[in-house]
Amino acid sequence: MGVISNGTTLLDAGALDSGVATGAMVLLSTATASSSATIDFTSGIDSTYKEYIFKFISIHNATDAADFQFQVDTGSNTSYNQTITSSGFAAYNQEDDSARSVATHSGSAVLHQETGFQDLGRSLGNDNDQSLSGQLHLYEPSSATFVKHFIGVINEYANNDGTNQRFVAGYVNTTTAITRIRFKMDSGNIDSGTIKMYGIK
Amino acid sequence: MGLISDGTTIFDAGAMASGFGSSMVFIKKLTASSSGTLTFVNGSSGVVLDSTYKEYMFVFQDLHPASNGVELEFQGTIADPSSSYNQTITSTLFKAGHGEDGSGDSFNYEADADQQQGDGFQDIARYVGNGNDESVCGKLSLYDPSSTAHVKHFMANTQMYHASDEAENCFTAGYFNTTAGLTRFQFKFSSGNIDAGTITLYGIK
Repeated sequence: MGVISNGTTLLDAGALDSGVATGAMVLLSTATASSSATIDFTSGIDSTYKEYIFKFISIHNATDAADFQFQVDTGSNTSYNQTITSSGFAAYNQEDDSARSVATHSGSAVLHQETGFQDLGRSLGNDNDQSLSGQLHLYEPSSATFVKHFIGVINEYANNDGTNQRFVAGYVNTTTAITRIRFKMDSGNIDSGTIKMYGIK
Repeated sequence: MGLISDGTTIFDAGAMASGFGSSMVFIKKLTASSSGTLTFVNGSSGVVLDSTYKEYMFVFQDLHPASNGVELEFQGTIADPSSSYNQTITSTLFKAGHGEDGSGDSFNYEADADQQQGDGFQDIARYVGNGNDESVCGKLSLYDPSSTAHVKHFMANTQMYHASDEAENCFTAGYFNTTAGLTRFQFKFSSGNIDAGTITLYGIK
């Protein structure tokens, strides 16, 4: 059934007409962690949108000092081991005033043509009130021509009782379409929290 | 009554189905007019600041200070109307700047603008100029303010016309170190009024 007003089709065939004004940011999926080893989004990542945003709300790790990470894969593959080159930096400040600065990431926090999981948050505290929130943008995952860029920014309550705002960016070095993404801790479960996936028209 | 097209529910129970429409929902716009503060209070004047949304976004449009070289600041508090805007914050602030005359290139952490378990107003833009054409714009994201389990994270990014005639891009982040739900947020300059500008609050579905 369609809906037509004054000769203008507003909706038909289960979809709003493209001429109907709607928002440009569309919620596609919500995943709620409950002692979850991984959170995967395995559908909805395609050429429909040129940009996807993943929002992290109060992500809480089971294991102290764990790193919150992501990787992607193609087709129906489940290895989550695409080649990534990335950079990062963080601003940090301790509750006890012992350290504060802004500095680039190094070591395992960044990848150079590596297939491991990319850290978004690091050394997260697992006290009851500690968590991480933020977001990750993934650009044109279905491109068959270009690499796939990503930009993430999060704020975390670190296990050494301080705040860290982390900026991570890079590219998945493949021209094969990315169709799925996995989030996990490098150790232990995601105890609780929400991850939402949006498409940007 | 719902509206179903080709087996797909478009509207039902007074709302558009998930997957249709925008996920960024306008809630309230406040317009400054020589205002000492701009305050958003859940349940007042159409403001929603509760568990309805997991993320809220405040957008600043050309906030213009009455006084020169002042800081744009914010704080939050709990629902109790007698409570003060003095929640415990641990935060970071760094910025990049560049002067109109080519001087003043900077990228640095601002050690006098962060807080370590402090309860003061948190700077999100610093030394904003009050020339007629000078202002600050940007946004502040606030996560899960109604949580009774976790701290409340925030991240802000502002661009301002510095009092020393520089462009400055300021990044502020941190957490309200409380497990009480926060339902009220106030914005002000460190000295003098907010002469003009708007702050718009959105909920992110």
